[in-house]
Amino acid sequence: MKIYLKFSTALLLFAASPFILTSFHINLLTEILIFGIFALSLNVIVGYTGLVSLGHAAFFGAGAYTAGIIAQNISANLLFTLGGAVLLSVILACIIGLFCLKVSGFYFLMLTLAFSQMVYSFVYQSTGWTGGSNGLSGIPNPILFGWELSNTVWVFYVVASLFLVVYAILGIITESPFGKVLVGIKENEKRLKSMGYHTNIYKYAAFVISGIFGGVAGALYTYFNGFIAPSDIYWTMSGTVLIMVLIGGAGTMLGPVLGAALIVLLETIVSTYTNMWMMILGAVFIIFVIFFPSGIYGISKDIFKGIQNHTVRPKVKNISNEKVS
Amino acid sequence: MYEETILEVNAINKRFGGLEILKEVSFDVSRGERIGIIGPNGAGKTTFFNLLTGDLTPTQGTIAFHGKHITNEPNYKRTRRGIARTFQKNNLLEKLSIFENLLLVLQRKHGIKSTWFKVRNNRSYRALYEEAEALLETWGLHGRRNTKVENLSYGEQRQIEIMLGVATDPSVLLLDEPTAGMSQSETDYIVELLKNLPEALTLMIIEHDLDVIFGLSDRMLVLYNGHVLADDTPEAIRDNQQVNEIYMGKARVV
Repeated sequence: MKIYLKFSTALLLFAASPFILTSFHINLLTEILIFGIFALSLNVIVGYTGLVSLGHAAFFGAGAYTAGIIAQNISANLLFTLGGAVLLSVILACIIGLFCLKVSGFYFLMLTLAFSQMVYSFVYQSTGWTGGSNGLSGIPNPILFGWELSNTVWVFYVVASLFLVVYAILGIITESPFGKVLVGIKENEKRLKSMGYHTNIYKYAAFVISGIFGGVAGALYTYFNGFIAPSDIYWTMSGTVLIMVLIGGAGTMLGPVLGAALIVLLETIVSTYTNMWMMILGAVFIIFVIFFPSGIYGISKDIFKGIQNHTVRPKVKNISNEKVS
Repeated sequence: MYEETILEVNAINKRFGGLEILKEVSFDVSRGERIGIIGPNGAGKTTFFNLLTGDLTPTQGTIAFHGKHITNEPNYKRTRRGIARTFQKNNLLEKLSIFENLLLVLQRKHGIKSTWFKVRNNRSYRALYEEAEALLETWGLHGRRNTKVENLSYGEQRQIEIMLGVATDPSVLLLDEPTAGMSQSETDYIVELLKNLPEALTLMIIEHDLDVIFGLSDRMLVLYNGHVLADDTPEAIRDNQQVNEIYMGKARVV
């Protein structure tokens, strides 16, 4: 029941936000939710399975370019563009995962990076399809059930509802027995094997799930931006989303979303003053890693617990006094 | 004692580069046997276990379990067939609770169908909860079910090692130094616990504590420099001059 309550509150808030917020803030919120989905998808492998990937931009880019190319050449129908993006991300994740999961640890990180850079250079070179260094511009607005989503509010509603769907799906997956196995693999893969788990299949499944929702985030970014640049698929994008997950709190559901919110907000604020955004991002990351390794989620949980303990403690004392007397 | 042979090890060798750890080790295991494995450090005892569980594969030779060749099968498949092990060093999911550790074993045991995307309040999953609760009750750990494994004492962690092995419902359980590093009272507790395991469960125990091993086994295997030096009843091993010289030192009279 509690979960339903939280969800309907979130739904109501999202539904109401266009009436409260200015269109600038709606755009900001949309971007946060898109990167929230992106960070949540990476969190499946980084936070739950313990596989640190530095190539997640490959899926974001695959989703974004697929949605863009389909919208320009075939149909702008949202179901088509999103479906195409998901399909390509699945194929890409199946191929990349096959190779990357042969290795672990540092080598996994390097291989995912190598693959995503291959995808990047493919996009960069095939100018006929992707526009090369110019990117893909003039992408038509998505169409849903014959309705053109031409203004920011409609796009926001699409993004927000998909965000809730993705959040729910990933929440169910990570709470499921399957998700528990992933956490087990992160903790001690050797033990899981001796329990009888074919851990490679679980890791592969997690990698593909992660890739799918990375692609969804990419497709949404296309609807939101109407333009894709090759930099959206570059390794700095993988780095940024990894930082979002780590700053927010890896291995939690809310953490990556909070991380995405912080990074997107900071970038928006900082870039009005200076264009040394990457330097600021680095500094924020260092501060978090050194002082708050459990991330934003970890800190807020500690604070919340502190407040709770503070208010609850007198009650406990009363009870013990009663018992004594 | 049952007559049925369940594990047949046929002339297995294990080489690491030029180093030959095990040489031509052969022997059969019957159901319900309690086999103690002793031997000086470096004799190849743990390597032998790793070959049986599939953590390593032999360079030569074959291993058959219930008549099926499992020589090159990976460890997870052998666990499903019924070969479980405990580790020499505690090897648990330390950040998870005892209950969660156990639940992972059970959800695997009951098959992949119930372990994929079903949610928590699923009926078949609730049955797993009940089974886990019952197991914790019998192992006397029910009061600490939600304690993280890393916060338990070393002795309790050793006990959970054994519990997780038993929970996979094996027909052979390999125990790699179950009482290593334990106090006398903890050792006694574990010995008692092992004695009370079902009669049909085959145990193979590597142990340096001779009191423990002589108390538990009905057959003993002495490994020395990678080959089987003796394979006999505990009484015969006690009287074996060669074993006494090599393993226990010349001066020691057992």
